[in-house]
Amino acid sequence: MVVIIDYNIGNVRSVLNACDRVGINAVISRDEEIIKQAKGIILPGVGSFNVAMENLEKYNLIDILNERKQAGIPILGICLGMQVLLEKGYEVKETKGLGYLKGNVDLIKTDKKLPHMGWNELYFNKNNSILKYIKEFDDVYFVHSYMADFKDEEVICYTEYGGQKIPAIVGKNNVLGCQFHPEKSGEVGQNILKAWKEIVE
Amino acid sequence: MLKKRIIPCLDIKNGKVVKGINFEGLTNIGDPVEYAKIYEKQCADEIVFLDITASFEEREIIKDIIEEGAKELRIPLTVGGGIRTLEDFRNILKSGADKVSINSAAVNNPDLIKEASNEFGSQCVVVAIDGKRDEQGNFKVYIKGGRENTGLDLIEWARKCEELGAGEILLTSMDADGTKKGYDIEMTKEVVQNVGIPVIASGGCGSIKDIVDVFQETNCDAALVASLFHYKEATIDEVKQELAKNNISVRSIAK
Repeated sequence: MVVIIDYNIGNVRSVLNACDRVGINAVISRDEEIIKQAKGIILPGVGSFNVAMENLEKYNLIDILNERKQAGIPILGICLGMQVLLEKGYEVKETKGLGYLKGNVDLIKTDKKLPHMGWNELYFNKNNSILKYIKEFDDVYFVHSYMADFKDEEVICYTEYGGQKIPAIVGKNNVLGCQFHPEKSGEVGQNILKAWKEIVE
Repeated sequence: MLKKRIIPCLDIKNGKVVKGINFEGLTNIGDPVEYAKIYEKQCADEIVFLDITASFEEREIIKDIIEEGAKELRIPLTVGGGIRTLEDFRNILKSGADKVSINSAAVNNPDLIKEASNEFGSQCVVVAIDGKRDEQGNFKVYIKGGRENTGLDLIEWARKCEELGAGEILLTSMDADGTKKGYDIEMTKEVVQNVGIPVIASGGCGSIKDIVDVFQETNCDAALVASLFHYKEATIDEVKQELAKNNISVRSIAK
């Protein structure tokens, strides 16, 4: 069983639907016991960094997430859920993140339109089993105005927008994150979740 | 590179697709989700459901359709029509829509844009604007299907929507809508040049060439298409092939 963390930060229904499609047995929950039993954790999220962290705190989820991270349980952050895996965010105000990956989250520096919204292609940077069923230059669906600045070694894929190299899939050990929405990225997104399912198993 | 998006729009009344002929392989004639699935297979980048149901009671039906759509579709789903309050927003999103489009409710109560984007994030707030030239030829915002001039200047209103937190603008030219003579290039250009958020061009599409034109002549991000697809005059694949030939960057399924 995989748990989709319910911390009241946007619609998580589509993540659950996407899990169903690839045969991931997922539940939406913030219950500590369920999180403890889960073989994998998905941290979704749509909204702003500071609210996401406030909610994780409010629902007492930070300690249990830290513990599960230490225990080596696969964690997948999606969109804002990926961003809070980092050390710090600057959306609305400076906020400390979970700090599982090194780097900060700040507004995309560009004169192009924001949000960066729509389908954009992936450039591979580093090998990872999450890429097992997809190809370089496959398109995935992004919606965000903030981006992570990362150490290169933690970036698995980039995309490019407005003159910026934007980390699209990041990860280290058991922690992975997608800036885009695999649950909304058609066949390609489905194949990413399929690969993550195998990582969990 | 960010791809230009092709978005089929389905008008739904009492749970059924209003326009459109029967596609082969449709198990439930008129079922919006079945249409949407076919479009997803043809490489649609997003889907829009526009609920044109008149009465309040019948609005419950759309919730089931959204739930079904969210289960079946692997691409973003926008739902519009009859959304007036924050509570409507919440219900539509809860049913599984990714974005909500508001039109006259935004004109009547601009704060709704702000409240919705604060609460749910600007990425899910699409403001639909019906633009039309008034007698002096100035672009104005109309409501009630182009019958009522609000007096609002189109560009000022589009800017205000952005300021209030809209994530995207769905711009329909009421002059072009239904003519099948092509998108309103002049109007689309005006709006695109004056806002910093994505703009979806809508109204007037009658051929593949019209779609090529709107992307070549304006910097809009997406094109909304209805009857061209519903009446099988073209498939989304065909549109994308033609766009690619014209060096317009699009997503394709087979690479």
